[in-house]
Amino acid sequence: MTAPLLDVRGLRKFFPIAKGLLHRVTGHVRAVDDVSFTVQEGETLGLVGESGCGKTTTARCILRAIEPTGGQILYRTGSDAVVDLAPMSAGELAPLRKDIQMIFQDPFGSLNPRMTLFDNVGEPLLVNGVRNRRERMDRVADLLRLVGLRPEFMHRFPHAFSGGQRQRIGIARALATGPRLVVADEPVSALDVSVQAQVLNLLLELQSRLRLTFLFVAHDLSVVRHISDRVAVMYVGQLVELAPTGEIFRRPRHPYTAALMRAVPVPDPRVSCDDGILRGEVPSPAAPPPGCYFHPRCVFAEDRCRREAPVLQEVTPGHFARCHFAAELELGMG
Amino acid sequence: MSDVQVAVGAAVEDRVAVASNWKLVWWRFRRHHLALVSAGILICMYLVVLCPEFFSTQNPERTDARQAFIPVQTLHFFDDGWNPWVPGIAGKRNPVTLRMEWTTDPQRKVRVQFFTAGEPYRVLGLFGTNIHVIGAADPGQRIFLLGSDRLGRDQWSRIMRGTQTSMTVGLVAVTLSVIFGVVLGGISGYFGGAIDLVIQRLIELLQSVPTIPIWLALSAALPRDWTPIQVFFAITVILSLIGWTTLAREVRGRFLALREEDFVLAARLAGCSRMRIILRHMVPTFMSHIIATSSLAIPVMIINETSLSFLGLGIRPPAISWGVLLQEAQNIQTLALAPWLLIPGLIVIVAVLAFNLVGDGLRDASDPYSH
Amino acid sequence: MPPIPTATKPLLRVRDLRVSFRMDEGTVRAVDGVSFDVFPSQVVGIVGESGCGKSVTMRAVLQLIDAPGRITSGEILYRQGATPIDLARLPPRGRLMRALRGAEIALIPQEPMAAFSPVHTVGAQIIEAILLHERRDGRPIGREQARAMTVELFRDVGISMAEQRIDAYSWQLSGGLRQRAMIAMALSCKPRLLIADEPTTAIDVTTQAQILALLRELQRKYQTAIIFITHDLGVIAQMAHYVVVMYLGRVMEEGPVDEIFHSPMHPYTKALLRSIPSLQTEVRAALPVIAGALPHPFNRPAGCPFHPRCEDIMRERCAMAVPALHSLGPRRAVSCFLHSDLAEPA
Repeated sequence: MTAPLLDVRGLRKFFPIAKGLLHRVTGHVRAVDDVSFTVQEGETLGLVGESGCGKTTTARCILRAIEPTGGQILYRTGSDAVVDLAPMSAGELAPLRKDIQMIFQDPFGSLNPRMTLFDNVGEPLLVNGVRNRRERMDRVADLLRLVGLRPEFMHRFPHAFSGGQRQRIGIARALATGPRLVVADEPVSALDVSVQAQVLNLLLELQSRLRLTFLFVAHDLSVVRHISDRVAVMYVGQLVELAPTGEIFRRPRHPYTAALMRAVPVPDPRVSCDDGILRGEVPSPAAPPPGCYFHPRCVFAEDRCRREAPVLQEVTPGHFARCHFAAELELGMG
Repeated sequence: MSDVQVAVGAAVEDRVAVASNWKLVWWRFRRHHLALVSAGILICMYLVVLCPEFFSTQNPERTDARQAFIPVQTLHFFDDGWNPWVPGIAGKRNPVTLRMEWTTDPQRKVRVQFFTAGEPYRVLGLFGTNIHVIGAADPGQRIFLLGSDRLGRDQWSRIMRGTQTSMTVGLVAVTLSVIFGVVLGGISGYFGGAIDLVIQRLIELLQSVPTIPIWLALSAALPRDWTPIQVFFAITVILSLIGWTTLAREVRGRFLALREEDFVLAARLAGCSRMRIILRHMVPTFMSHIIATSSLAIPVMIINETSLSFLGLGIRPPAISWGVLLQEAQNIQTLALAPWLLIPGLIVIVAVLAFNLVGDGLRDASDPYSH
Repeated sequence: MPPIPTATKPLLRVRDLRVSFRMDEGTVRAVDGVSFDVFPSQVVGIVGESGCGKSVTMRAVLQLIDAPGRITSGEILYRQGATPIDLARLPPRGRLMRALRGAEIALIPQEPMAAFSPVHTVGAQIIEAILLHERRDGRPIGREQARAMTVELFRDVGISMAEQRIDAYSWQLSGGLRQRAMIAMALSCKPRLLIADEPTTAIDVTTQAQILALLRELQRKYQTAIIFITHDLGVIAQMAHYVVVMYLGRVMEEGPVDEIFHSPMHPYTKALLRSIPSLQTEVRAALPVIAGALPHPFNRPAGCPFHPRCEDIMRERCAMAVPALHSLGPRRAVSCFLHSDLAEPA
């Protein structure tokens, strides 16, 4: 078996909390705290969690849009060499940039409104060496066709397009450099319901056509379920569960995952969602509770959970959970 | 894809679809009628700036003690058809006060011509001509469209020259401020860290210095023997030395906000260089804001220059600016006697209002993408 | 779901409501002939995508339409006592409308952060509302009493340490608590009609589940009528008794929640229900989609607003005429030529 395309080991990102006139550091927000996972080539890993759980920070660390505090981000390059992205300087990263691209959440903010589609989508080509304008035009036309837009739109500005169309443009730009890994940060959560499905289908189709690897960050479990091969659930900066999609939805091993699934309102009035509602609120990553971070909200919590922090353990092959009782609990969806 | 066909239909929408940022700004600005009118006024004023002599009726420095305090000679256009003229004036010395008292005499008509030959001058230093937009038909006659001052100089022509000076001071001072502000604010915002700290403290220092005394001190320190041109440039530099600070802060704020924008991150991830991100993505994004802010800064500069000159510390005679002209209206006696000497004040008000209205319009139009 | 309460007379009756916005680029008909009823102690869900006019409808009921928007026609009949008042005719800033807003009709906004003033404590703002509207034996009540009521309300909406929390500022509360405080404020004057405008869109899913459960419980307890506006079909299924499906300013279909979800009649409703990924659909399979995009508000299609994206389009009919909202029973209506040939007068 070849090495995974991406192997994240013990990733950490702490933001200092500075107080007072002298900006003395009084503590740290542990936005990402010891996160490890792998992504195989050609698969989609869904990263889910509620706001503030560190999923976006994790994604941005992998993209090296922000500096990780610690850990390794091992990436297998096109020539099968494994490199660690975490300590790289901007200069060292430059040749790898075209391999790892991003799709943004906000279809309005992610395109430069002052540039035409040709300039927006063609810029990655230009800075990666496609100097000839004619050639760039052809490539942009191909990319627009690929995402289901008419190439004639190349000379229009982003303001002429709807949210769903802009998201397609954003995808075309991300694909311009021929990336191997695409990090999608909530790519459909700003879209209308009827357009969401179109974009999800497009991503699935592109993946099979171009053999793309996706790291798909989202808060919506039903969307993640729809697109991912495997799902990783984050809570207060930590990975709490990681398993193949079918398995995690059939038999979650972490009480938080189970609660998260039950919290999604079912679009069927005959199914009641009244029971199993999680109490309390997500703790602050600046001052997480002792022991298991989830214990104050967990109905199964025992003394051990209050004292001892659980580790991410492999419950069954390929199914990891950060819970002392992962093997015993019966959390299947009613 | 069929969704595309649905969204695109009307020709109007097509026109909007390919409209660049500046076009959108212009479409929005156009709706602001007051701003549009003001822009027209400013364009006229800058035409005067380009060549004040063309608009003058005579040499603004020509004195004649016997023609002091001549009142406004109203321009008439018709006299049995198109035949422009101004009423003649007759002076009589009051035997009690021994002051010349002028009365207009509509019976005696001084013929006026448009595009008439007069005093020779050079246009922008390029070529010589002697055509003026308006002047007395008889080159020997002097006409005073806006009256004359205590030395018998023609106020109309002096205002034209003053407009050139004052409007240029405003423009040059703001341009200098923008250059300082964008460069220093940009460095401060983009690089952050220690450089940012130093620049920010410098701005605070400059802003905490009371401006009027510092201007007074600086302009009082200008050597007395400098030529009017040298004084003029010194004044603009002094004005812009303080003016750049607010702009630098604004630019820095924009840089900080833009650094977090998704499309800037996208450009970074695409592999764009720093320079490219700044020049292609960040600067164009706030350029329209900078222009709007500067057009609001110009009137402040004009007021500052006018105040300094009025106090006798800015531009000094024989150079002419609006402030210098207003110096003539400093005492109450002149005001009672020759109220037309206040006309330069009116011009200042019009110019400042116009700049403010244009600036407001530009500011409202500068972000056509806001929802 | 409890059975639909069958009160005889509606509390709110909206009839052929039209709201348009005059802009330089043209007139946007944001709400274009909307009719529905709200019965006492019933939850009516208005569901639709962006630009469907659901929020504008809500603002029209509250008379909060800002210029350049205007209610151009239609009735909003609110039953207060024996004779209904037409809210559409009331001056928006008039005394009667101001008295109704807050006291009789209350709003839970989407963003509670924006709804609370950051310089006053949350409790002070609720106390203020109570002092303004609440009367006991015809006399205004005292501040002490209002404070006690506020603490009680905070307990009702499930805020722990209510006595301390009412002295907090809105920015000190978490998103969930802030929304709970907002609900407390909306309930402070015991409104008969509560309008919830996407109250859970800005909060996380586990908190959303808490808030929805709370709203259900409070609704049962106080028997308040609620207009619940959302784009989320899951939320609608869990909250509403009666559903109004809107698209581009028009009602596509309305009916009891079970019928909308289990026997939808309008092609739009059907397509919408098919296209949402849920925890029940197959993993990693292409979803059935609604073709096309939402049209730009200035570029509304002629005829049925949904026809360019409709799978069951009848070429000549749907593109030419606008189908009227046709009543199929006492509480069921659909506007589609598949079900009735009735068209809007041109």
